[in-house]
Amino acid sequence: MKAVSQINAMYAFVERSFRLIRRYLAWEAVFLFYNIINALTIGLIGMTNPIAPEKQGEVVLYLVVGALFWGFMSVLFEEVSNSITWERWEGTIEYTFMAPIRRITHLAGMCLFAILYGMCRTTIVLLAVVFFFDLSIDPGRILTALVVLFTGSPAFMGLGLIAAILPLLSPERGAQATHIIQGLILLVSGVYYSVSVLPGWLQPLSMISPGTYALEAARAALLKGAGIPELLPQLLILLLTGLVLIPLGLWIFSLAEQYAMRTGKLKRNG
Amino acid sequence: MPKMLEKHAEKAAETTVCPSSPLDLPQVSDTDIAICCEAVCKSFFEPVEGSRSWRNGFLGEKKRVQAVDHVSLEVRRGEIFGVLGPNGSGKSTLIRLMSTLLLPDSGTIQVFGKDVVQHHYEIRHWINRVSVEASFFKKLSAVENLRYAARIYGLPVKQGEEKALHILKRLGISKSKAYSPLETHSRGMQQKVAIARALMTTPVLILLDEPTTGLDPKSKRDVQQYVAEVKATHDATMILTTHDMDEAEKLCDRVAIIDRGKIIALDTPQGLKEQAGTDSLEEVFFRFTGVDWEEVLADESR
Repeated sequence: MKAVSQINAMYAFVERSFRLIRRYLAWEAVFLFYNIINALTIGLIGMTNPIAPEKQGEVVLYLVVGALFWGFMSVLFEEVSNSITWERWEGTIEYTFMAPIRRITHLAGMCLFAILYGMCRTTIVLLAVVFFFDLSIDPGRILTALVVLFTGSPAFMGLGLIAAILPLLSPERGAQATHIIQGLILLVSGVYYSVSVLPGWLQPLSMISPGTYALEAARAALLKGAGIPELLPQLLILLLTGLVLIPLGLWIFSLAEQYAMRTGKLKRNG
Repeated sequence: MPKMLEKHAEKAAETTVCPSSPLDLPQVSDTDIAICCEAVCKSFFEPVEGSRSWRNGFLGEKKRVQAVDHVSLEVRRGEIFGVLGPNGSGKSTLIRLMSTLLLPDSGTIQVFGKDVVQHHYEIRHWINRVSVEASFFKKLSAVENLRYAARIYGLPVKQGEEKALHILKRLGISKSKAYSPLETHSRGMQQKVAIARALMTTPVLILLDEPTTGLDPKSKRDVQQYVAEVKATHDATMILTTHDMDEAEKLCDRVAIIDRGKIIALDTPQGLKEQAGTDSLEEVFFRFTGVDWEEVLADESR
């Protein structure tokens, strides 16, 4: 019975968040429109003059994969890391924190919502991109890329959990500080370029970013038709990273929660 | 409690369905003491305005503010316990400490015999709170907010929704209004929804943190009558913080006066008046603190 009520509680966050999206539909439409335009403009770089016409299709796909994956990973990261900021802004943070649920249930609910929401948004952007560039991608390759997406998700949720402590520690500046972590991942993960072009001193960071492996594997699947067996090394790294980052994120979050309860930072206005 | 409210509560006891206990809750012990605070202290550090300089790395200086200062009190099971005091006196901090949202610096707080620091998860099943700000997802309707609350409190959604609609109806909120976004509701209505949310989970300890502050007279009366009704019909202990002396006198079995984090007087409203040799709680406040209650209210409205 206890497990059922924890699952019910986890679903509360998913249901609530989707209902909020419905109420903020105009905002959603604007963000989605911007995401689509962003993916299209990035894809169009692949059609510029210096690139040989026979290579353009491949380059467009390379860039579009980056845009789509970064879009999905950003949603995961932002939804998890902003869950505290959002509740503080709405003024419900104290109610959620004094509810009789385990913190892991609360955060798992937010992560589940992030995955479902990210998939919805990415699918819409993907459809727009396929239509705009008249792309034809083998469904088998898309399926492999989806496996990569799922395998990489826990690692990004773990990073999101770690970033979510910033708004707990600093109500005024924490939310903005999460962009530093997100920006660093964008810089070092080879979202729109190969990580080999990064300066030598930045390359070690690319090796510890889960984004690097997720993008490498997704591109290998979509551009070269690599199957799951060939992608096993990257998938294994992503899985291990997730296995380390999720418990680490939860542990750090629990420390930050204790700090917030000691210093009175759970309040709406800091 | 005045006769009019008592009559109303008795009548309500006949008509109100007493909600059943939520599923699989840790049971409260049979103790007669709902809350026991012993020498509880809580302080915060606040930035000093204009103190940023190169000497402190532009981080600024911080001053220590003692919000709760060696508070010791016992709240008996089933009573409405009032906490009276001006803004910044420590009322809300005390409520937050009892509701497991803050950790005390020193001292202990027990809720039905369980320590709030050690057993916060268990205690959270027994309590709910109504704060001065009706804190909701304002774009969502009352029902959507209450569905969310039902789920996180482990109630079957349908049961929670039915119970909440029953309470909302009792408080004068129509079904159609219950399905419209809360941002379209008046503050009085939002506060009634907050009360429905708190009571939907059948708490045995209800923390009412200035539930009627800023409400219009009609909403205020509705809320006060409902609090009296809940007292008559439920096995619930209530802590009520308020600025309203009449409210404290009407509803509370006992009242503590808090000033600068310290409890300076604690008794029944009648007992306090007798101690101070006066017939109004405003005068009682003046006798114990040396501060005129009208001045306190005027300061707060500035």
